Amino acid sequence: MSKYLSARDLDWPLLMIVVLICAVGVLQIYSATIDTNYSSAWWKQIFYVGGGLVLMWLAVKVDYHTLIHYVPALYGLSIVALLGTELLGSTVFGSKRWIPIPGLGMRLQVSEFVKLVIILLVARYLTDLKRDELEIREMLVLSGLVAVPVLLVLAQPDLGTSLTYMAVLVTGAFIAGLRWKYVAAIAVVAVLVLPVGWHFLKDYQKARLVSFMDPERDPQGTGYQLIQSQIATGAGGMFGKGVTKGTQTQLRFLPVPHTDFIFSAFAEEHGFVGVTIVLSLYFVMIMRVVQNAQAAPDRAGMYLCMCVAGLLLFHTLVNVGMVVGRMPVTGIPLPFMSAGGSSIWSNFMALGLVNNVRLRTFIN
Amino acid sequence: MILPPADPNLEQRISERQLHDDTRFAATKIAVFQYAAVAIFLFLISGFWQLQVQNPEFYDERAQQNSIKSVPVLAPRGRILDRDGRVIVDNHTSHSLLLARELLKDEHLAAIAEGLDLDYADLSKRVARFRSQPKYVPIVIKEELTPSDLSFVESHRDFFPELVLIQAQRRLYPQNGMLAHLVGYTGEVSEDELNTAEFAKYEPGAVVGKFGIEGQYNSTLMGVDGQRQVVVDNRGQVRKTLKMKEAVPGKDLKLTVDLDLQVVAELAMEGKNGAVVALDPRTGEILAMVSRPTFDPNKFAVRIKARDWKEIAGNPDNPLLNRAIQAQQAPGSTFKPILAIAGLETGTIDEKWSVRCPGGASFFGHYYRCWEAGGHGTVSLHRGLVQSCDVFFYNVGNKLGIDNISTYADLVGFGQKTGVDLPHEQAGVVPSEKWKLRNFRQKWYAGETISVSIGQGALTVTPLQLARAIGGMAIGGTWNQPHVVATTPVEKPKQWALNPSNVKLVVDGMYGVVNEGGTGVRARLPNVEVCGKTGSAQLASNELMKSGGIVGMNLKDNAWFVGFAPRAAPEIVVVALFEHGEHGQLAAPIVRDVLKAYFDKKTRIAMLEQQRSAMYGALAAVGNLGLPAGMVPSAAPGVQPSGSQPVEAAYMETVESGPKPAQPRASSSAATTAAVASAKH
Repeated sequence: MSKYLSARDLDWPLLMIVVLICAVGVLQIYSATIDTNYSSAWWKQIFYVGGGLVLMWLAVKVDYHTLIHYVPALYGLSIVALLGTELLGSTVFGSKRWIPIPGLGMRLQVSEFVKLVIILLVARYLTDLKRDELEIREMLVLSGLVAVPVLLVLAQPDLGTSLTYMAVLVTGAFIAGLRWKYVAAIAVVAVLVLPVGWHFLKDYQKARLVSFMDPERDPQGTGYQLIQSQIATGAGGMFGKGVTKGTQTQLRFLPVPHTDFIFSAFAEEHGFVGVTIVLSLYFVMIMRVVQNAQAAPDRAGMYLCMCVAGLLLFHTLVNVGMVVGRMPVTGIPLPFMSAGGSSIWSNFMALGLVNNVRLRTFIN
Repeated sequence: MILPPADPNLEQRISERQLHDDTRFAATKIAVFQYAAVAIFLFLISGFWQLQVQNPEFYDERAQQNSIKSVPVLAPRGRILDRDGRVIVDNHTSHSLLLARELLKDEHLAAIAEGLDLDYADLSKRVARFRSQPKYVPIVIKEELTPSDLSFVESHRDFFPELVLIQAQRRLYPQNGMLAHLVGYTGEVSEDELNTAEFAKYEPGAVVGKFGIEGQYNSTLMGVDGQRQVVVDNRGQVRKTLKMKEAVPGKDLKLTVDLDLQVVAELAMEGKNGAVVALDPRTGEILAMVSRPTFDPNKFAVRIKARDWKEIAGNPDNPLLNRAIQAQQAPGSTFKPILAIAGLETGTIDEKWSVRCPGGASFFGHYYRCWEAGGHGTVSLHRGLVQSCDVFFYNVGNKLGIDNISTYADLVGFGQKTGVDLPHEQAGVVPSEKWKLRNFRQKWYAGETISVSIGQGALTVTPLQLARAIGGMAIGGTWNQPHVVATTPVEKPKQWALNPSNVKLVVDGMYGVVNEGGTGVRARLPNVEVCGKTGSAQLASNELMKSGGIVGMNLKDNAWFVGFAPRAAPEIVVVALFEHGEHGQLAAPIVRDVLKAYFDKKTRIAMLEQQRSAMYGALAAVGNLGLPAGMVPSAAPGVQPSGSQPVEAAYMETVESGPKPAQPRASSSAATTAAVASAKH
């Protein structure tokens, strides 16, 4: 616990991989938005990545124990910010997720940053238990704490992001030692609650789930994105069609090819070979985070790293799974590739937490 | 580092800390997490394997279906030209709107109909009609898009990706229904037509000729549509063209019709019902053909509006009837020259044979009146024709008998189609004993022969038949097959060597009709020896007329005039039928106007020819002076020494009001219209 932090001790292989993924993302954003209204998105993305690196360093600077210490305050701030978004936020694509930042001319997606608070919250709660097993009562308390921001985000409505909070919770609970019988019990309750939950879903969310089950049912409507994504991916073949040569992407049959469906566009233009390489990078990235968890000096650090790993794994699974039609359309970005400042920044800050833990290991 | 002070409880604190803050307890779970991550990535990779490696062709094909569309390139129909190459029917480029049914959302139809000012019921019916067709066949939902339609389509691309704009060639017909019957019109091929052999090769929605020349020569005029393979984006906007199969345009069709004569004939028939046919008896070429009332074929150009169709089809005067070839009317006294030639040829009468006309005569216990109640006195053939004495021809007919009459009527082409290259021609009727027996199971009454002698009774002819009959007789017994397209192969003319002196007797009689104070003086022209014959054909028997006729039916006599010129070597024969014109005299000026136009034009061309040869002489003189060759054409602008038809070309310039600006195609029809307008004054 000292001031002698050295950049030399950062997880350079992890950073190299992440920057590589970002570079692929920038290239793909460039290719997918050429000749469109978003054609400036690629250099904006470079700016976001640069900003992300700075934010990561800031997240390294403050000892994670201090951050965990301030979780109650951060938690309260998150709730206030989410409520503020509900009140002040601008509506885009029928959903209130963003609050404008006056000076920068950009909008921030509050829920992306709340993810970090959720990670800190879960890590702190589980560390404070000082036990090797998680009791059902504690699980319920923690779930209750996480449920508040989940519900607020769900109300925006933004199913995808609220699911990422749950992913953090589930990862943490799993590492903390949730008994299998509890998992089974929760699963049973979930199955029972599902029809009720269906009732609370928005129409477009229901439509998305239905079209996930049967995309051809309404090929021009909600199934459109799933079908077009699969067509784009499949058309890429083994080696892809080349940068800016993907017809699905360039002719805009593929929806939002620079954000949620960036990996479809990538798959069309770079084929199975490119996909395998980039997915390998993602895999190695997550494994590096897990390694940092294994090397963590204490439980708090370990929980932090594992929650970040769980979060990244969940993002990758849901986004890439959606691209190949194996996950429903939930609209969550692919970390480090999808265009968008909030996502890039929160992910870099999550990496900051990982490095934060890593640097404290060396100092101890 | 400064070592902390020794702590006696250090051991215990460390163990406690290790108990609650070491991470070893999680090692297994972290390993499970790692295995889960491996599984998840394998799961994802297998998804890509399935899509990209196992069946990329399937998705590649679907990607192409997404973005590659076939757009028809409509072939322009051939133009229709007059005998001098002036444009009668042209095309003009317009925008048509297609509905790409694979993208169609039914709930859009109402909004599309509203935005394009279409009838929603019509549109949805149309879409329903195409249900059985494969989805990729687009439907044309509107032609002739107005600027506001275009802006609607442009501004709603995002909302209605099913709307596809294409350029189309639309027919442009002469205004005011000029030549409407002859030229006909085009329209979308009907389902009934698609079942016929002729139209089976066309796709539903194809625009084909329906009537007149457009129908008759459809396969010549119609080109073959091309196809363009294009890449479209998700809004249906064309990004690039992959393959282009050019359209093969239809061939131009040159008519024998002379617009100069046509215009005059059209104007002469203004406000009248009936028909005019001008024919070159030497070749059978139809120089002009008018039928009134007329209609505007532009309204039919693609799909006629229900309202317009009702107006045209419901008109009791039947504007769609081409009276020149479809009106079957009693020829009245215009039949008399035929009867005269029959009498002379059979030797039944000669030049001197005469009868006395007291204003009527009795045959078979029936009294038949002459149109001149006072009588014509003693009448021989010449005066009989000049004065159109009915009593004279009653006697000729009576002597000839119905068999001879029908034989000669048959010879000149009555009672049979002329074979003109226009659809729906009628044959008319030549009555005979056999005909009556076959059609009515009745014996022929001798009294009927008397009626037929003056072109009444059951005898009916079309204006075209009459023109061909008189013209063929006038040139000595050669009846050519009439035709309107210059290049159409015609049948061998029907020939029957008439005795030239007999022909001369009849022709002289017809000359007298016009020039010797006969019934046709109104057809007289200075410097041209016009021959002719009037006819006033009753539509009802005298008894019916006396009883007041049938209520609401116009029973006034039809007025006929048939004229040809010049007397010595007829070049043109013109027939005018003026329905309910009462007396043939009133039809005579129509024929006169057309004949005048013909001979005026001939004179003008001769004059131009003269000027031209004079100019050539001058040019030759200039050439001899040794001026550089390049200066010669500039010295005489407008002269085309190498032109194939320099006379006609020069003549056209005078018709189209002075030097023609370099304006292609469409201007000519406009010029024609202008000519009509200026001729009115």
